[in-house]
Amino acid sequence: MQRHLISAADLTRDDAVLILDTAEEMARVADRPIKKLPTLRGRTVVNLFFEDSTRTRISFEAAEKRLSADVINFTAKGSSVSKGESLKDTAQTLEAMGVDAVVIRHGASGAPYRLATSGWIDAAVINAGDGTHQHPTQALLDAFTMRRRLVGRDAGLGQDLAGKRITIVGDVLHSRVARSNVDLLHTLGAEVTLVAPPTLLPVGIETWPCEVSYDLDSTLPKSDAVMMLRVQRERMNAAFFPTEREYSRRYGLDGDRMAKMPEHAIVMHPGPMVRGMEITAEVADSDRCTVVEQVANGVSIRMAVLYLLLGGNEPAVTHSRTTEEK
Amino acid sequence: MDKLDTQASDARPVLEGPDIARVLTRIAHEIVERAKGADDVVLLGIPTRGVFLARRLAAKLEQITEKQIPVGSLDITMYRDDLRLQPPRALARTEIPGDGLDGRLVVLVDDVLFSGRTIRAALDALNDIGRPRAVQLAVLVDRGHRELPIRADYVGKNLPTSLRETVKVQLAEEDGRDTVLLGAKPAAPDAQR
Repeated sequence: MQRHLISAADLTRDDAVLILDTAEEMARVADRPIKKLPTLRGRTVVNLFFEDSTRTRISFEAAEKRLSADVINFTAKGSSVSKGESLKDTAQTLEAMGVDAVVIRHGASGAPYRLATSGWIDAAVINAGDGTHQHPTQALLDAFTMRRRLVGRDAGLGQDLAGKRITIVGDVLHSRVARSNVDLLHTLGAEVTLVAPPTLLPVGIETWPCEVSYDLDSTLPKSDAVMMLRVQRERMNAAFFPTEREYSRRYGLDGDRMAKMPEHAIVMHPGPMVRGMEITAEVADSDRCTVVEQVANGVSIRMAVLYLLLGGNEPAVTHSRTTEEK
Repeated sequence: MDKLDTQASDARPVLEGPDIARVLTRIAHEIVERAKGADDVVLLGIPTRGVFLARRLAAKLEQITEKQIPVGSLDITMYRDDLRLQPPRALARTEIPGDGLDGRLVVLVDDVLFSGRTIRAALDALNDIGRPRAVQLAVLVDRGHRELPIRADYVGKNLPTSLRETVKVQLAEEDGRDTVLLGAKPAAPDAQR
């Protein structure tokens, strides 16, 4: 049996709800004087970060430490990767050291899948973002935030997001967050609408389980949650829109646009935010914006994932795809 | 329903609804007696059925003392010593009453006391949550076969059992009726019954 979390699309509805419910209990640990559980004592987790990250790396590290795992941090800068070492050799080095799980972020889409299925390593592999492919724990923490805000903390236990209308706005083309969210939210029964300029939508988007629109203003009144994405300039090698000002005017969220959303609707952002580009300071600092909450929820979700994958003798979460193709 | 009936048919009830009510009343009186009024008592039930028993005990204590008794739940899943022997279990709710546990008399409540490992895990969990003045243990049934040096302070019924028997507590909140069943352990799956 495989014990990896590679893609949000691998999760069944029941798996996803189990992770969200477990995270709800994990969140309570943060309110205790001693924020620590002995559950992963003696297990070693490596955070293998080939790409820059602040919040995901810190969040994973906090989650691992709260579960008493031994944590090894590895960043590509200043390691033998900068001397030309391959992923395979790095993996075999980690295997020789006897690690139980690898949390990997990599610039190349598919790197975590390769690591999980290549036989280089026995450890559990958790995808912390690969290229423009997937970022499953981000999708889970977003779904967790939505369930808490839109369904309720206690009322949400055991529930999915059936019938909730979620709008994801911005650079879908380069966004692993958007891909993971579309997959997971669809599994959880939500209706997803992607809003972006045509140049920032990937080829083949018509096969995704979601609606697509080019017009933000007509979508906002029909949204329970609006997720703004950052325009990923570091991945852009061509001109996708004429000017930043034009993008910001057509697809940025400001106070006037936020007023068109239903009373209960929330504004989400996976971070880092670029204020003045996709979101104005007025919106980012308002009560309806859940950015800080999402970060706190990230620790709970990652604790839940680590517990469910590593806490027993076999994982509680099933992964059909990675198992099949092994 | 079928499964429950067949299970019930070869299981013998050792405590029925009225017995359970009487036993809880007695334990409530014992707690008041030993704690000299139950002023600083906090009841913590161990999920699933310990929580219902703790709530019932709290109601009885409130009748006796005419004071509000804080009641909560303590999930011990993450502290189990057999976590690595089986797939991860779903977590249950831990709910600590608002005033916390520091300096209080915590009475842990569970349905069956068997190996004592659950209580060991509960003591570890308590350690991370606060520092009670003292910790006591109340159980509905003590079936023996301890594997750790742990004993209960309040016992509903001492039930001598063999390791080939199972003790099943059913409570109205979860199972629709109050009873304690003593039955034979189901045969291993490969052996035909």
